[in-house]
Formats: sequence, C-alpha cells, structure tokens
Amino acid sequence: MNALKKSLQEILRYPSAIIGGVFILVLIGVAIYAVIAIPYQKAIDLWRGGEVVWYRNPKNVPPAWYNWFSIKKQPVSFFINSTQGNYKKVVVPGTNNTTQITLTYSFDYQYDGFPQEMSLYFTTKFASKQPYVTVNWLAPDGRNIRIDNLGVSRSQTFRFSQNQNLLAQMGGTNPMEGLFTYTDPQKPVKGVYQVVVDGTTFEQGSDIDAEFVLYGKVYGIAGTDHMRRDLTVALLWGVPIALIFGLVASMGTSVLTLIIAAFGAWYQGWLDELIQRITGINLVLPFLSILIMIGTFYSRSIWTILGATIALSIFTGSILSYRAIFLQVRESMYIEAARAYGASDMRIIFQYLIPRMIPLLLPALVSAVPSFVFLEATLAVLGLGDPVLPTWGKIIDDAWVNGALYKGYYYWILEPAVLLMITGFAFALLGFALDRVFNPRLRGM
Amino acid sequence: MTTGAVAVSKNIKKAASKGTFARVARYSAVRLATLFVTTVIGIFLTIIIANMGGYVDTIMRNDITETIIQQVANDPNAKKMAPDVRKQLIADRIRLEEQRLGLNTPVVVRDFKFLTGALQLKLGRALLMTSDSGSKTVRLIILERLPATLLLMGTSQLSLFFASVFLALALSRKYGGLWDKLTIALTPSSAAPPWFYGIFLILIFAALLKILPFGGLVDAPPPSNIIDYALTVLKHLILPASALIISAFFLAIYNWRTFFLIYSSEDYVDMAKAKGLTSRDIERRYILRPTLPTIITNFALLLIGVWQGAIVTETVFLWPGLGRTIFRAIGLFDIPVIVGSTIIYAYLLAMTIFVLDFVYALVDPRVKVGGGSRP
Repeated sequence: MNALKKSLQEILRYPSAIIGGVFILVLIGVAIYAVIAIPYQKAIDLWRGGEVVWYRNPKNVPPAWYNWFSIKKQPVSFFINSTQGNYKKVVVPGTNNTTQITLTYSFDYQYDGFPQEMSLYFTTKFASKQPYVTVNWLAPDGRNIRIDNLGVSRSQTFRFSQNQNLLAQMGGTNPMEGLFTYTDPQKPVKGVYQVVVDGTTFEQGSDIDAEFVLYGKVYGIAGTDHMRRDLTVALLWGVPIALIFGLVASMGTSVLTLIIAAFGAWYQGWLDELIQRITGINLVLPFLSILIMIGTFYSRSIWTILGATIALSIFTGSILSYRAIFLQVRESMYIEAARAYGASDMRIIFQYLIPRMIPLLLPALVSAVPSFVFLEATLAVLGLGDPVLPTWGKIIDDAWVNGALYKGYYYWILEPAVLLMITGFAFALLGFALDRVFNPRLRGM
Repeated sequence: MTTGAVAVSKNIKKAASKGTFARVARYSAVRLATLFVTTVIGIFLTIIIANMGGYVDTIMRNDITETIIQQVANDPNAKKMAPDVRKQLIADRIRLEEQRLGLNTPVVVRDFKFLTGALQLKLGRALLMTSDSGSKTVRLIILERLPATLLLMGTSQLSLFFASVFLALALSRKYGGLWDKLTIALTPSSAAPPWFYGIFLILIFAALLKILPFGGLVDAPPPSNIIDYALTVLKHLILPASALIISAFFLAIYNWRTFFLIYSSEDYVDMAKAKGLTSRDIERRYILRPTLPTIITNFALLLIGVWQGAIVTETVFLWPGLGRTIFRAIGLFDIPVIVGSTIIYAYLLAMTIFVLDFVYALVDPRVKVGGGSRP
C-alpha cells in the first residue's frame, strides 16, 4: 500500500502524467454518460434510423458554435409545431360541414445567411374529400407572398424550394434568397417572419395539422452528416467503444503475453521452444492483411475483430523480451527459497514471477492503448468498421467516402479526428510518464 | 571401449580439428531448417486464413452463379433458346468457371498444391485481378505495383531512419537541452498512424491551400516529357511520404536517443572521456561501434518492411502501390495475389534473419556464430 502511494506520488511529479490522467478521467466520465444517456440499442436504432428519425435535421451542416467565430451568423435549424415554437391554430366552423383552419408559424430571423431549405409536413384527417390549403409567406418588410394552393393528402411534405409555383414567381433567384430578401441579394431582412397556412376542410371531423421546419446552415453541438444524422450521437458513442476496444485489447494482449512468457520461462523445454516457434511464425503473418481478411470474409463485428487482434498480438517481440527477463528472475534467490519450502509451480508463477513484472507491464499496457484505438479507426477507414455501432472511425470513413475534404465539410473529419487524437495522446502521455517512473534506467534521461 | 564410444570420441576430435567451420555449418543448417519450417507454416496459415477454411468458396460460388445468370439473361441469343437448353447452358458455364478457378477440387488438396507452388515461388495466376497491362500473372501484378511502393516507402523510411539516427546522436550529445525536451514532449505524436496525419496534410495542403494534389501518382494526363513526369511524381509524393515520416519521427528519435544514452553511460565511455578523446572519436569508436548490431537489425527489418507497403496510407492517398493491391485482392477474394505477396515477405524476412546472425559476428567480435544463445 505504501509502495503504491509512493509510486503515485512519483507519477504526479510528471505534468504529462497529470494531463494524460485528467483527459482519461474525462473520457471515462463521458463514456459512462454516453452509455447511460443513450443505451446500446437506442444508439444503434438512432444511428440506423434514417429519415424517419432525422427528417428535421439539415444535411451536412457544421455545428452551431461555428457562429461564435464568424461575423456572418448562419441560421440555426429549428422546427415549429403544436408542441414547440410560436404556433397558432384558429378553427372557424363554416357552412355545409366546411371548416376554416388557419395555422400561423412565426419566428424571429436574426441571421446573416439564408437557410438551406424550409418544409411543411402536413398531417390531415379526412374520409373522402381532401382538405385544401393556401400557403402564405409574410416578411417583416411587408411583403405578402402567396406561395401555392394545393389539396393535401393524409401525410404530405411541402418543400419550399421545390415548389414549381414559387420557383416561377421567383424568376431565376433561389427561393430561399427570394423569400428572405427583396433588395440586397446578399443580406436577408431581419425580423419576424410568418408562414400562414389557410386551410379549408370539407367534412365533419376533418382536420389539418402541419409542422414547419427551417433547415439552417448550422446544427447542434457537432453538426450533421450526409444522412441528416446528428453527429453528437456517434461522437458520444465513439468514446466508450474506443476506450473498451483500446483497453480490452491492450490489457488482454499484455496480460496474456506475460502469463504465457512466464509459463514458458518456468517450465522451459518443449513449451518454451513451442512459444518461440509460434512467435517466429506469427512474425511472418501479415497482421493487418489478416485482420482485413477476417473483416471481409467472416465478420465485421467489433468484438470479432477485437478477439482476432488480441490473438495476433500475443506472440510478438514483447513475449521474447518478457521471457528473457523471466529467465533472469527465475534464477534469483527468492525463487530458490520458494522452491526450497515446496511452493507449487502455479504458486511460483502467479505469486512470485508475474508480480515482479507488473512495473514493466503497466507502462507497456498504457502505451499500447493508442495503437489499438487507432487500429479500430484504421479498419473503419478501410470500410471494415462495425456494421451497426457508430464509431469515430466510421464517421471518418463516411466523411472520406462522401468527399468531405473536397466539398469543404472539414468539421465532419476534424471532430472524430480530434477526439481520436485526444484519446491517443492522453494514454501515450500517461504511459510515457509511467515508463519513466517504473524504469529507473530511463530516469533523468 | 565399445565401437559407439570410439565413434563419439573420434567425432569430438574431428569437431575440435575442424573447429569454427563445423560449428558454423551445423548452426547454419539448424537455423536454416527452423526458419524454413517457420516460413512454411506461416504461409500455410495465411493460405488457410485467406480462404477461411473453405468459406470463401461458398462466397465465390454464389458470385459465379449470379454473374453467369446475369450474363445469360443479357445475351440476346440466349433469349431465343428453350428454357431447358438455357438452363443447361447456365449449368455448363458455371461448371466451366468453377473448373477454371479450381473450385471443383477439395479445399485441402488445393491448399497443399498452392503451398508447394508458392514455396517454389510459382505464384501462379490471379483469379480475377489483372495488371494494368492486362496480364493475370501474379508475378506481373506484383512487379507492376512494386516501383510505386518502393518509391514511397523507400523515400520515407530511408530518410526517417537516417534523420532519426543522426538527430538522436546529436541530441544524446547534449541531453536535457531545449531540443531534447521538445523531442520528448512530441514523442506521443507517434501514437497516431500515418493515414491520420495524411488526412490533416490533405486538409491543409490540398483542400485549404490548394498547392499539392489530393492523391494519386501523377497528374492526369501524365506528361510525356520524362523530367516533367518525374516532377509531377515528386509533387504527388510529398504528402504521403511526409505522413509516413511525421507519424514515426519523434518516437524514432526518442528511442535512438535513449538507446545511445544508455550506451554512453558505460564505464569505457567515461574512461575514453577521461583519456581526453574528442567527442567525435568517442561517438564513432565507443558508442556507434557497440550499438552497430542493433542499428543494422533495425535497418534490415525496415528494408523488408518496405515490401509490405502501407495499406491504409496508400488507400487514403490513392497511391497505386502494393498495399492497395493487397487490399483490393482481399476485397476480390483473390487468394493467389494475397499469398504471393505474403510469401515474398516471408522469404525476405527469413533470409534477413539468417544473414543478420553472420553480420553480427562480423561487426561485433564478442559474438560467435552458433556459440551459445544470445539474448
């Protein structure tokens, strides 16, 4: 206990260890939050949900905090319906079973850019006669544009920029620009806009309702991808996956390596020879190619890849260096003493040999985490990411495949890349400090 | 004295008289045999993994059936045939295609045939891939891609090696200085793989500054003038080579520096200092000399590592090298190409390990070939 406290004090003398440790703790906190806030199944459902889940989001827009750093404020996405926003519904019964329904959506537009798109999602109730609506646009400069008249089915989407009537009214200009400005084509007029839907129903019990969505040019904390998905989900869920993959692979590999090396060095003979031969064979096998083959032919599940990674990483150079040290330790006095009083082989291996190596194991274990975290990303970039789970590597792959760098969607690649970098560096910094604490030869160098 | 004992004592005398030669010969034979067996098993495992114990056959069979049904469906002549004639035609063509790819012999037999062929470096013909010149020979497919990989990996790995060794030597001379501390602080940067830095480099130099290409080997269309051609290749080489170098740079310097520092704290180095030798002499004779075996090992392993190319870096930069070819071969289940590249690597590795033993003995008088185990 005292030794532990002492080494902890020793570690805290290194600023790199403190920085690395703090980052790791924050990441663990985020990972726990992610798993609790978005349970496993929900994360998968969200990520693979498609338009049904994400129809209210704009496509490929950067995060909302882009506005903090830019003078030209881009519109943030929002929607208005009966539960949210400035929504007014007036129902006036008329004659012959008709009803006048007026839906008014007002919003204060204080941005310097134009939205990507605007849509009305109609849901109506009727038996045989379709309700009929007129969509009007009221700008703060007093313009009143009648966009279109149409009969609406039970569930219908009305996209402003695809409406032929509006396009004809606008002449050549983009409807989004034409609706928000009148004089200066660069600047939208700021103020309160209104979308007024004047509807008429022709049956008893018939009803009209609609949701108005303005697709802005920035969204949320992390922005969205080509499928309108909120990147926050994947970035958050990437944390536990990266940590689990990195830690389990690293721990599994180093602990198993150590145990096998200890057995080989203790029993020697054919076992030791066998271990060395397997290591030789493993050296010949192309590591990444085999992982790619397993991913391509067999299963892309992250857990299969994890198992294969551990299996292939055990018999590498480190098993030989552990073996060399074990061979030295084997001859030391305390082992001889243990033998003399009749300790069993297992007792010697697990209680005397292996604990001796923990100071060497710990830095190696922590330093190996980044390479495994990046390995998962590497496989994802090759298109072999887990088929269902969202991971950082898969975001980078999506972005890469969709030409994010050519099209200028830099946030799409940079967000997961920065998170990968933070994770990798945090473990590398801590491992580096641990190495110096536990390897006295490196101290002062 | 029994005859056996006489023979043994004669053998001992013989061994003593022949001395070094016999020891080296015996050691070499054992070593070669071990390395050969290791290589054979390694290759065999790769073959087994490359067809997943026969599972790939199922995938390929389905592929063949699907393609041939499609082909026949699109064939105007086949449309006029009677249904059972057409069915027969499809069955025949599937059988022929399976025969061509060798799918009608059992997996185990094929594996062994393949192994013996591969060991004699008869790499055979690719199943589906072709070289750019249209050949299906695995040797040609690999040879065609080799120059690009050698250029990229050779440039990056050689400059990385020499730069890191010399910079490390310079740092170890005055460790604790500003540059030394900076290097240590930057060492964690090597946690990220080359493609990761590649993405950032593309972002900065290709997307934002627009001064270097996004990827590829030459401009399109390639210039006919040889000097212009070399220049565009050079322009395309900068980013992938930098990515490979940056990702390993600081860790390499740090490792060499620490390694040199450990050797420069030996007593004989202090002794040499006390004698008043110049630091140049100390470095050459007392630090570089004993570390030479390690430096050579690293260099040799680096050279054969070049062979495998960099699968992901080449993919990200669309560099037409071996790494990308292997990746494509895996995607197409083209086992001969996968195994072909693996066996050459395995042979190179085994040869290097074998030769290194003798190189150690040449550069380090303390090492005796076959003289007991070394760590």
